[in-house]
Amino acid sequence: MLRADVAGATGLSRRHMLWRGAGVAALALFALLLPWAATKAGNPDLISLATRIVIYAIAAASLNLILGYGGLVSFGHAAYFGVGAYAVGILYFHFSNAEPFLGFVPGTNQLLITIPVAVVTSATFALVLGGLSLRTAGLQFIMITLAFAQMVFFLFVSLKYYGGDDGLIVRHRNVLFNLDMTNDTTFYFVCLAVAAIYFFVFWRLAQSRFGLVLGGIRQNERRLAAIGIATYRYKLVAFVIAGAGAGLAGALMANFAKFVSPDLLHWSQSGDLMIMVILGGAATLFGPLIGATMLIGLETVFTGWTEHWQAFLGPFLILIALFTRGGVLSLFKMSASGSHA
Amino acid sequence: MTLALEQTLNGIQFGVMLFLLAAGLTLIFGVMRIINLAHGAFYMIGAYGAALVGERSGSFALAALAGLAAAALAGLIIEFVVIRRLYARDHVQQVLATFGVILLVNEGTTILFGRQPLYLPIPGILSGTVQIIPGVPYPAYRVAIIAAGLLVAIGLSLFINKTRIGMLVRAGSTHRDMVRALGVNIRLLYTLVFGLGALLAGLGGILAAPLLAVQVGMGEQILILTFVVVVVGGVGSIRGAFVGAMVVGVTDTLLRAFLPMVLHRVMTVSQADALGAGLSSMGIYLVMALVLLIRPQGLVRAPG
Amino acid sequence: MRVWSLPLLLLGIALAGLAASAVCAQQPVRIGLITTLSGPAGYLGADIRDGFLLAAEMEGGKLGGVPVQVLVEDDGFKPGQGKQIADKFLKSEKIKLFTGIVFSNIVGATVPDILDAGAIYVSPNAAPSNFSGKDCNKNYYVVSWQNDSLHESAGQNATNLGYKRAFILAPNYQAGKDALAGFKRYFKGEIVGELYTRLDQTDYAPEMAQIRAAKPDVVFQFHPGGLGISFMRQYQQAGLLGTIPMVVAAPSMDTTILKAIGDAAIGVNVSSQWNLDFDNEANKKFVAAWQKKFGPERLPTFYASQGYDTALAIGAGLKGVNGDLSNSDAFRTAMLKADFHSVRGAFKFGNNQHPIQDWYAMRVEKGADGKPFIKTIGKIMSNHGDAYAKECKL
Repeated sequence: MLRADVAGATGLSRRHMLWRGAGVAALALFALLLPWAATKAGNPDLISLATRIVIYAIAAASLNLILGYGGLVSFGHAAYFGVGAYAVGILYFHFSNAEPFLGFVPGTNQLLITIPVAVVTSATFALVLGGLSLRTAGLQFIMITLAFAQMVFFLFVSLKYYGGDDGLIVRHRNVLFNLDMTNDTTFYFVCLAVAAIYFFVFWRLAQSRFGLVLGGIRQNERRLAAIGIATYRYKLVAFVIAGAGAGLAGALMANFAKFVSPDLLHWSQSGDLMIMVILGGAATLFGPLIGATMLIGLETVFTGWTEHWQAFLGPFLILIALFTRGGVLSLFKMSASGSHA
Repeated sequence: MTLALEQTLNGIQFGVMLFLLAAGLTLIFGVMRIINLAHGAFYMIGAYGAALVGERSGSFALAALAGLAAAALAGLIIEFVVIRRLYARDHVQQVLATFGVILLVNEGTTILFGRQPLYLPIPGILSGTVQIIPGVPYPAYRVAIIAAGLLVAIGLSLFINKTRIGMLVRAGSTHRDMVRALGVNIRLLYTLVFGLGALLAGLGGILAAPLLAVQVGMGEQILILTFVVVVVGGVGSIRGAFVGAMVVGVTDTLLRAFLPMVLHRVMTVSQADALGAGLSSMGIYLVMALVLLIRPQGLVRAPG
Repeated sequence: MRVWSLPLLLLGIALAGLAASAVCAQQPVRIGLITTLSGPAGYLGADIRDGFLLAAEMEGGKLGGVPVQVLVEDDGFKPGQGKQIADKFLKSEKIKLFTGIVFSNIVGATVPDILDAGAIYVSPNAAPSNFSGKDCNKNYYVVSWQNDSLHESAGQNATNLGYKRAFILAPNYQAGKDALAGFKRYFKGEIVGELYTRLDQTDYAPEMAQIRAAKPDVVFQFHPGGLGISFMRQYQQAGLLGTIPMVVAAPSMDTTILKAIGDAAIGVNVSSQWNLDFDNEANKKFVAAWQKKFGPERLPTFYASQGYDTALAIGAGLKGVNGDLSNSDAFRTAMLKADFHSVRGAFKFGNNQHPIQDWYAMRVEKGADGKPFIKTIGKIMSNHGDAYAKECKL
């Protein structure tokens, strides 16, 4: 009885929710079996590819919080991704040459330490830069987030001590208990576990009161301000959480590639993240994952055919922007069920 | 002393380039309220058009005309096919679509013309040096750029403030519905504004072509700074674009020229130069942040 | 990124297999060639690749009598991308022999992984100082030159020409630092200005102003590829080309840069280990084959000569082990004999597996056909190694 009521209240039919559950279960099964299947098929580098997709899915999902749910077009999200990656890189650098950072902070290669440090660092950056950017809105907000991200990019380019333009090599992946992180499959499962936890937390957040307020701000900020909600504060908190999530993904990326460079913060990376969010369907839980899979998958497949694959990606994006309202996921929704709005 | 003067001149020249791009962009932002990431594409198309024709014909005048025609044509096509449908959409869609335009234009240029950079020779009369500052033989071509830019600035200002179409542009940026209600063809106005913006960007590309390498990606490099100029100067104002461009151009050049020298005293040359280059690049964004904190609508308020 | 196995090589292998049907069919040795093919520096990688493949083609798809299959991919001038390609080649394609990288920053990101996996790297161009000294490795060979020594030749050239005050510039990455360090090591005069530019820089107006203010009597700059073209053009536009002489090493004045600058470059002093007009047998054969394949409009740069030499060097190594790379020590013994005829003349490996060779002074002059060309003037150094060999424990 109660379940039907809830279903009715959220506008989703019971069948729809069952389908959704089945979909998630199928996805989880596929993700778990991938390494075995890939090795059997003689294509072990698919595991690396899948790891990359999972990492970018986390980053895109973090952007989804402010872009999709919050309607804040932040064009500088790669900055927080890069900051998280550099946190891992710099900590490893100081670990390997045994000199403490700033004279007193020891380096480390423990994943359980580097990840929290990366998350906190990128959250701090997000707090400062977001605090300034959110004073503006609309076009100016977009441009200012882009500009600040470029600023952080140039900051890392200028730090010759940490490689600058040449980047920083992380010789060995961070250590987690006794796991052999050099093994691609092990590392894949670590990333998968992190992603699962992250998406679960994200789901709860989106369903919570916080998520509802955010959605309300996207739809009509003035109305919410009129009923007494401090919209700036909500937006800032969302921005910081999003930055933290991007930092998490960045930390994983530094471990995956074993290399950190300012390229990770380039504005075209921010663009890629936005594409993943919008392509897959903004304001949906799994949209970012679909978007990441599509973009990286398409890139990998197309580069095999032609080096000019971006000439196909461009028009594809234009079409998606012009003719769909909610990315690829909305195409499925439109065709699958017309039983509800 | 002459070094500082020469660097200032460099800064003004850089500022003029930025102005050409920012003027069009600020009009598009102000009048059409649309975010166009592909603005740098017109800069590149203008440069490519000029370089290709210049190589074949050897005449800079022909090359310049070709570049302008190419940029204007590209502007009209892109407006008609893509931008037109984005007026009613939200920013997210606009960002995605114009990002797609950048990819298409960049890759399309690579397919058509390859990856090698193109070069356009400076027109003969301007290939010498001029002693604007006594004792400093400054490249005549760069002086010509400054002069051209100032002419364009004056011309645009007259256009916006003294002609009927200019009045419509100003009105369209602040009171769009009223303008439509008065029977003005707003669609045509938008197309005109967009075309003008593309033309100005193309001109910037043509002027830049003899100096820099004409290559894919040159538009995006300068576009971000153009955004900063528009934000600093104030969205929708030509005068703001000019002020912003000068501030950004001169600050960036002077920082870049002198900050490394200051740092040389405290660290190794390689580290000092890297840090100096990085800090001076960051400097512009810090200036922008400052302006936004104090005067969020930009240094010059838009007319109306 | 693109994978590019030439059908030509496969055809060559097939033909060789048919012709040598008595000998048991050999699996071709797969070589991973990672190089920069895109952007303004793309022609550097293209020349290395084409020189390398030309050598294999001239031997019918073989090097040192061993059939080879070359997989070429573009690192896009991004260290991260080079690393990714190397990972893929090591893990999925199981390649054990690598070559091709143009730029030192990409070497820094890519080569450690290759060496850690026990594979072999033979450099046709970039040779940063760290790998020539304390980080030298028995599986790391360089056929071109050590970064510093290329510019040491320029420093010596400037000293020989009698200059006393130099202003020096290079981009801010490992090779740029090596360049300025190398020049300073052999230039006996005073350095009146030292500047690092950026790898993505296009406008050098501020640098020109500073050169002018410092009043040097010679300028040394290292800007490879498209950077060199931009720098030279702006140096000329600033009115400096006629007034302050320039001494450079080969990367800053290769045949492509010369073609883009034209007559304005006449008088620039260049130093290099190779030039188009060297008249030893190997070079004449190389240049003839190149011109036959690519036509008179595209002259080989020194990158092409290095790609060609690298292929010959690898061939000598492969011949010594009959194509069997499983024992890298045996391969090493064969490689270090350097049993091939280099297009530059005398060549041998030093203890750090970098070249010991002669360096020559050149100048851009007007040719008989009215077009500018790079003319060899004389020898600057003989049997010159590099400054880091003694730090290498090999």
